[in-house]
Amino acid sequence: MENKKDYSIIIGGAAGQGSRKAGLIIAKLFNNLGYNVFIYEDYQSLIKGGHNFSVIRVSQGQRFSIKEKADFLLALNEDAINKHEKSLVKHGCIIFNKDKIKREKGVGIASDTITKELGGLPIMSNTALIAGFSKAMGIEWKVLESALKKELVHGIEKNLEIAKKAYEDTVTVLKIERLKSKPDPLLTGNEAIALGAVKAGLDIYYAYPMTPATSILHYLSEHEKDFNIITSQLENEIAVINAAVGSAFAGKRSMVGTSGGGFALMTEGISLAAMAETPVLIISSQRSGPATGVPTYSGQSDLLFTLNSGHGDFVRFIAAPGDANESCYWSGKLLNLAWKYQTPAILLVDKELSESTFEFDENILKQIKKEKPVLWNGKGEYVRYTDAKNGISPMAFPGEKAVVKGTSYEHDEKGLSVEDEKTIVLMQDKRLRKFAEMEKEVDVPGAVNVFGNKKAKKAIVAWGSTKGVALEVAERLGLKLIQPLVLQPFPVKQFKAAMKGVDKLVSIECGAMGQMEKLLKCHQIKFDKSILKYDMRPFTVEELEKKLKNI
Amino acid sequence: MEKLETNIINTWCPGCGNFGILQAVKLVVNELISKGTPRENIVIVTDIGCNSKIADYLNLSSFYSLHGRSVITAMGIKMANPELQVIVFTGDGAALEEGVSHLIHAAKRNSDINVIMHNNRLFALTTGQFTAVSPKGFKGKSTPEGSVEEPINPLELMMASNSSFIARGYSSKIEHLKNLIIEAVNHKGFSFIEVMQPCVTFFNNIQFLNEKVYEAVNPELESREKALALIKEWNYNGDGKIPLGILFKKSRPSYEEEISKHLVKDKKIEIEKCLQAHL
Repeated sequence: MENKKDYSIIIGGAAGQGSRKAGLIIAKLFNNLGYNVFIYEDYQSLIKGGHNFSVIRVSQGQRFSIKEKADFLLALNEDAINKHEKSLVKHGCIIFNKDKIKREKGVGIASDTITKELGGLPIMSNTALIAGFSKAMGIEWKVLESALKKELVHGIEKNLEIAKKAYEDTVTVLKIERLKSKPDPLLTGNEAIALGAVKAGLDIYYAYPMTPATSILHYLSEHEKDFNIITSQLENEIAVINAAVGSAFAGKRSMVGTSGGGFALMTEGISLAAMAETPVLIISSQRSGPATGVPTYSGQSDLLFTLNSGHGDFVRFIAAPGDANESCYWSGKLLNLAWKYQTPAILLVDKELSESTFEFDENILKQIKKEKPVLWNGKGEYVRYTDAKNGISPMAFPGEKAVVKGTSYEHDEKGLSVEDEKTIVLMQDKRLRKFAEMEKEVDVPGAVNVFGNKKAKKAIVAWGSTKGVALEVAERLGLKLIQPLVLQPFPVKQFKAAMKGVDKLVSIECGAMGQMEKLLKCHQIKFDKSILKYDMRPFTVEELEKKLKNI
Repeated sequence: MEKLETNIINTWCPGCGNFGILQAVKLVVNELISKGTPRENIVIVTDIGCNSKIADYLNLSSFYSLHGRSVITAMGIKMANPELQVIVFTGDGAALEEGVSHLIHAAKRNSDINVIMHNNRLFALTTGQFTAVSPKGFKGKSTPEGSVEEPINPLELMMASNSSFIARGYSSKIEHLKNLIIEAVNHKGFSFIEVMQPCVTFFNNIQFLNEKVYEAVNPELESREKALALIKEWNYNGDGKIPLGILFKKSRPSYEEEISKHLVKDKKIEIEKCLQAHL
């Protein structure tokens, strides 16, 4: 088989069979061999049965996208073969559990038999498959051994015994070349988001479980002590956002996480945070909608809703990162911005970004620190909503020698309720000046990214997780890729600069109604073509390339 | 006496039960301050409704939250700073309708906040509609023929939710109410005080309340059975006497205490260590 330094591996089985964990171990093997790794997770909303699979892309150089065709299929059950055999390249290889699947072609591993004979637990059959797979790829035993030791917490000796036997029993079909790059940490988008916020001084994370945001709660809860934070699961998303506003009012950096339906419930609290001028960071990870939709599949259909979330006239910060590095950076950045401007800030991601696994650049963390907000100097009488020139009234917190009045009502400078015309206008003007400052803050380089052939006259616009595939295809076809990253306040100057020299513009979105296109239309940016995909799966490289070839 | 007033004009109807509650609260605040609680550590959290205007009338730190959300906002404040004394003012509409889930869960968690529920038995600020505690047959603007719903007993609900402190006061018994609030504030954990009050404009039941209320004593405050016997004396319709006082009290660790046990002051966060597991 050809050695090309860019492979796709599908690993599939029923829910509960452990395909995800097995996929992660295989990904880490390649990571340790110097390959860039990207994992796409495809799973259903059920606990046992059904069909789950991971697509692992390993390559020289960064790739954040999946291909239609796979080089290898690691099948934990027959179903995996039935579903994915047709996705294999011509000389693709199936590595399978010989005890469960009867077939001639491919590399069969008697993983159940080995496990049983050596007295292992049934789940350890996966260890045998991973070991057999490694041998088939020509991965050295010591690389496999050290990965297994690290990844398997329970019964490590028995696992190694099983692995060794399967390794010995399997033939090598390809010698994977070791590359020079050093391994980087592999993080899901959600883990990167968690780290970014922690680095920017997160104190409390509130959430109600909802796919695909739940793993932020899991990750932060698991590391509560390492990060010295509180995580709190509450009765519903309305509780979550209001508790976060309460905590921020009392001086603690608070973050919440949810998806579309939960985000809908939170919108009263976003409006509250805007009126009370209380900082809060909301992570909204889109999944397919409307309503319950397809819970474990992705989409980019909450954009317009997010831009308009919460009743009343106000501006919130919204950023939509496109990979784990950007997710980490922007969750930290938005937490700082929320505090600097005393405002709600929303990090808009999606299932692909939240749950896919990426190579993570640790240097991102060095770019994030807890930035000091505008605080009261402690002199004289404290006036919470003082009519500051730039609209940013210094904050003080209950417990300080001050009367601190936060409120959902329109209020005077002290935070007392008002209904008179003059004060209403005074306070709205104060907030409008703040919104203008917010706009200045984000209409700067970095708010819109440009990739690919920067001189090309043909450009594509992709946002969020679609960046990964768009980037690869733009490079292959010599197109310019424009990625709007800050979505509110919209960085008009940056976008117009990115458009320089472009005479043909195509939008690419995972949604039925082209919401990014609608947003850009508001800023007089017109598209020649839009490519929409709404089967709730990400674009593959081949699929997008085909659609863009003749533009 | 501390000056606790703001310059805002009070817009409660003359004779409103809220005046009695405000007076009791001022006495409480003065007593707390005189006994050493720093004034700046007292935070009041209000809801939306006539009762909640108290945030504008008291020159104390406050958060005037959304309708139904005062209890959960208060919990958020207490989570952030356990040194604060967080007192919630809410109404029967907010606490038992829009925000009932938060009330139940805050009691269940034993969040260390004090909830004072003004019970005038209707939505007043929206000019008179029934709530969960309006008597059956209540004639309001949304139920001109009389409400067809039976009321619930909020104290029974609090009992079922495992509230660690349950009491009932009356807006016309200011000294008695003051003592109840002091006891609630001193109680570590969740406390719920229902304060019966007339709405002189839309549901003036002052005569009814004066006749029905009495100061009760539960000789065994930790006994759920004895507490429930008192709580069930009145069915929120016409029947039975209305016992006032502390009806149940049983301490247990608070939510904020339990959930933040692992925090270490000025600890360096260990991201690098975590990243090792991702290699």
